[in-house]
Amino acid sequence: MKWEVVIGLETHAQLQTKSKIFSGSSIAFGAAPNVQASAVDIALPGVLPVLNREAVVCAIKFGLAVGAQIAPRSIFARKNYFYPDLPKGYQISQFETPVVSGGGLMIRVGSGDTATEKFVQLTRAHLEEDAGKSLHEDFQGRTGIDLNRAGTPLLEIVTEPDMRSSAEAVAYAKALHALVQWIGICDGNMQEGSFRCDANVSVRPLGQKEFGTRREIKNLNSFRFMQQAIDFEVQWQINEIEEGRAIRQATVLFDPDSGETRSMRSKEDAHDYRYFPDPDLLPLEITADWIAQVQSGLPELPQAMKTRFESDYGLSSYDAAALTMTRATAEFFEDATAATGKGNGKLCANWVTGELAAHLNKTDMPIEASPVSAAQLAGVIRRIADNTISNKIARDVFEALWSGDGKDADAVIEAKGWKQITDTGAIEALVDEVLAANQKSVDEYRAGKEKAFNALVGQAMKVTKGKANPQQVTDLLKKKLSA
Amino acid sequence: MINASLKQLSAALAAKKLSAVEMATIFLDRIEKFNPALNAFITTDRAKTLAQARAADESRKVGAGGTAISPLCGIPLAHKDIFCTRGWRTTCGSKILADFVSPYDANVVEKLAAAGMVTLGKLNMDEFAMGSSNESSYFGPVKNPWDVSCVPGGSSGGSAAAIAARLTPAATGTDTGGSIRQPAALCGLTGLKPTYGVVSRYGMIAFASSLDQAGPMAKSAEDCTLLLNAMAGFDARDSTSLERTPEDYSRDLDKPLAGLRIGLPKEFFGEGMDTDVRAAVEAALTEYRKLGATTVEVRLPNSGLSVPAYYVIAPAEASSNLSRFDGVRYGHRAAEYDDLAEMYSRSRAQGFGAEVKRRILIGTYVLSHGYYDAYYLQAQKIRRLIAADFVAAFKDCDVIMGPTSPSVAFAFGAKSADPVQMYLSDIYTISTNLAGLPGMSLPCGFGNTQLANPMPVGLQIIGNWFGEAKMLNVAHQYQKVTDWHTRMPEKMR
Repeated sequence: MKWEVVIGLETHAQLQTKSKIFSGSSIAFGAAPNVQASAVDIALPGVLPVLNREAVVCAIKFGLAVGAQIAPRSIFARKNYFYPDLPKGYQISQFETPVVSGGGLMIRVGSGDTATEKFVQLTRAHLEEDAGKSLHEDFQGRTGIDLNRAGTPLLEIVTEPDMRSSAEAVAYAKALHALVQWIGICDGNMQEGSFRCDANVSVRPLGQKEFGTRREIKNLNSFRFMQQAIDFEVQWQINEIEEGRAIRQATVLFDPDSGETRSMRSKEDAHDYRYFPDPDLLPLEITADWIAQVQSGLPELPQAMKTRFESDYGLSSYDAAALTMTRATAEFFEDATAATGKGNGKLCANWVTGELAAHLNKTDMPIEASPVSAAQLAGVIRRIADNTISNKIARDVFEALWSGDGKDADAVIEAKGWKQITDTGAIEALVDEVLAANQKSVDEYRAGKEKAFNALVGQAMKVTKGKANPQQVTDLLKKKLSA
Repeated sequence: MINASLKQLSAALAAKKLSAVEMATIFLDRIEKFNPALNAFITTDRAKTLAQARAADESRKVGAGGTAISPLCGIPLAHKDIFCTRGWRTTCGSKILADFVSPYDANVVEKLAAAGMVTLGKLNMDEFAMGSSNESSYFGPVKNPWDVSCVPGGSSGGSAAAIAARLTPAATGTDTGGSIRQPAALCGLTGLKPTYGVVSRYGMIAFASSLDQAGPMAKSAEDCTLLLNAMAGFDARDSTSLERTPEDYSRDLDKPLAGLRIGLPKEFFGEGMDTDVRAAVEAALTEYRKLGATTVEVRLPNSGLSVPAYYVIAPAEASSNLSRFDGVRYGHRAAEYDDLAEMYSRSRAQGFGAEVKRRILIGTYVLSHGYYDAYYLQAQKIRRLIAADFVAAFKDCDVIMGPTSPSVAFAFGAKSADPVQMYLSDIYTISTNLAGLPGMSLPCGFGNTQLANPMPVGLQIIGNWFGEAKMLNVAHQYQKVTDWHTRMPEKMR
C-alpha cells in the first residue's frame, strides 16, 4: 500500500525582548541560576503579571510578515498544571483567542533547479511565557530549579497539517527559522533553545481523506534531528498499521543517540489544563494605528526581496532564493552589488552563492562573521569586470583576502603582481614565444587537431602564471596560426 | 484617645499633645491586654512598630521637605494578614504560609507607610480570605468584642474585632464577596469596598482576582475617607488597576442630602432577613428621609443568582491562584514524601484547611473539561446580567441601600457545619463584587434576638461605579446625626 505522510509543526520562538513577558527581569541566556528571577517570576504571594508590550510588537511583526490576521482583541488564559519549574502552577498563554491567526509561509523543497515551492498555511500564533528549568544532574537524587527562563516571552507558531514529508517539514522549519530572524523577533539559536519545534505526525493510505491518528514528537532542537525523528516515526507508524496495530495518540520524544522516538505519555494521561481567561490581565487590544506603526518599521520581507532580485538583477529563482535565505546574506549581496554596479548583480550573486558560501560552509561560519566583507568582495568583482584579473586569479585574490592577506583586492593584486597582461605587444611576444617552443602542437593543430589549440592557450597561461588575458591570447593565436 | 477619630488623632499629633510613639504605645498596650481574649492579631512586633512611630515623629518634626505632611502621619493602623509586609510574617491565615516573611511590601502597605502610618501588626483572617466567620483561620477564630461567644464575621474578622475593641484606630481589609462589609456590620464599624480597580491588588495575596478589592475599615465614614485617599490610585504593577485622575474622596463629605434618591432593592427586603436587622435598617431609612432623601423601590432581578455564580467564579479563580502554594519555593513543605506527586499532595493537604480545600476542589471541578461551559461560562453570563441590573437600577437612584448581612453576629459553630448556610450570610454583599461596584457598611443600630448582648447591625450602601465620594458623603451625613458608630463594647474599656 502507498502511504501518505501528514505533518503539522508547532514552533516555540523565544522573542528578542529586553525583559520577560510579564516582569521586568532580563532574559539574557547563561546567567547563574535564579539571578534573573524576580518576585513575579518566582510567583511570590501577591505578585501580578504586567504585559510587556515589546512582546506584542514581535507578535504583530510576525503576523504582518506571514500575512495573517492580527486580532484587535485577544485573551490571555491560564493553563493550569503542577510542575516544580512552573512557579505559579499555571502558564499564562493564549487559548481561545490568539493574537495572530491564519497566514502562511512559502517554502522551497529540494535543491537546485528541481526545487519546488509550496505554501504552508499557519493556523495561529500566540504569545505565552516559558517555564523555568529543572536540573536533574549535579544534585544527587534531588532536582534543582532554575527560574531564570521562567517568564521568557515565546511565540508559539502552529501550522495546518500541510506538510507531506520530512523534507517539507524541515524546509518549513528552515523558512520559519530564517523569517523570525529576518524580522528580528528571535535570535534563532537552537542550541540555547530559542527556537524549538514539535512535530505532529500521522500517516494515511494515499487517497484517504481522513487523517490518521497523530503522535506528537516533542522538542526537536535541530533540523537534522527533525528529519531523522520524522522519518523514524513515519516508518514506525506504517509498520504498526501494516502489522494490524492501531496508532494511539501520544506524545513522544526523539532520542538522537538511538535515532528512535519513544512514547512519553498517551492521551489517557494527558492533562486537563483547565484553561480559563487570566483575571489578572486585561484583554490585549491592538489598534489599527499600532499595527500601522509596526508595519512601517518592518524590513522588506524575504519573498518580496526575492522577487525584486529576480527582476532587478536578472537572477534565477534559485539564486534569488539562496540570497534571501537570511537577511544577512541578502544585505551582503546588496552591499556588494551596490559597490560594483547593478550590471554586476549576476556576477555578485555567483560569488556570494558560490565561492563565499563554500568558504562559509567549510568553516561553519555565518555570513555576518565572514572574513571577506561585502566591500572586499566588491573589490574583487570590480577587477574581474574591468579585466584586471581573470576568474581564476580572482579566486586566488579571494583566498588571500579570506586569510587576511591584504586589505583589499587591489592591494593583493599589486603585492602579488597578479595584474592581467593585456598589453597587445606583450601578448604578441608571448604568443610568438609559445608558437616557437611548441612546434609539435602547431603541427597537430594545422593537421586539424582542434585540441592542440587548447594546449597552446594553456601553455601561454602557464608561462604567465595565468595573468595573460585569455581572450587576447586566443585571438592572437588564431590570427597567427591562420596566417 | 481610643475613641478619637483619625482627624482628632492627627490634630493631637500636630499639636504635640502626644507623640506617635506614645500613641502607638497606647494601642500596643491595649493589644497586649485584650488580644489574648480576642485573637485579632496574628503578629505584633513592638520594636518594629515603635521604630516606625519614631520615624513618623521625626517626619512631623522636620517636615517632609516641601511636600505637605500627610494628616495620617504617625497614626497607627494594622494590616489584614493578606497584605505582604516586608520583614513581617505574612500568613494569610494559613498553615501553608505560617512562617512566610515577605521580601516586599504590598502597594497598599507601601502607600500607607508613605503617608507615615505606623503598623501595629498583622490581623487574623479567614484562611486565604475564604469565610464569613473567621472560623477558618489556621491561627484560631477571632472573637467578636461585643460578645466573645460570637463570630466577628469574615474574612476581615481580625480587622473588625481589633477596631471594635479599640486595639487599633483603623485597619486594612479586603472584600471578595463581602469580607470588609460583613465583619464591619457584625462588629459595628464602617468599612468600604471601593470600585474594582481603584486600589492596587499588588502584594495582596489573591483569592479571586476578578473580585478582590482592598479597602479601609475604621469607626466612621470620615476616617475611611482619609484612609481611602491614601490607599487609592493607579499602580502600573497591577494590570487591573485603573488609570484615573486622583480623587479627593472627602470633597463631598459635607454636602447636604436633600434630593438624594435612595434605591431599595425589593430583593434585599424579602424573606431571610432577621426582624431586628430589618428594624434597624428601616430606622436608618427613616433617618435618611428626615435628612431630605427620598426612597424608591428598584429591582435587581438576578441578585438571587449572585451566590451560586459567585461560588463558581471565586473558587475557579482561587483553585488556580492557590496553585503557587506547592511547597517548592516557600511555605510549608511536608517533612516526608517519596516522590514529586506526594510532595505536592502532602504539602498541600497539610498546609490548607478544610474550607480552602473545599473551594479548590469546587474550582477545579468547574474549570474541568466538559464542565467549563456549564458552570464557569454560565456564571460569567450571570455576572453580566447582575451588572446590567445595577445599571438599570441606578437610572432611578443615586445610591442603593439595604442590610449588609441578614443577621447580626452568630455564635461560633452555628453555621460552620453547613457551608451553604455560611455562604448565604454574604447574600446581600456578593452581587456588588460581581458587578465591580463600590459598597460600604455602617453601623445603624443593634439587634439581639437570641444572644445575651446587643449586637451591631450594618446598613449597606452600594454606590455607582466610582461613586465612593458620594457613598462617603451619604454615610457621613448619617453619622453626623447618629451615634451608632461611636459605640464600643463596654468590656473593652
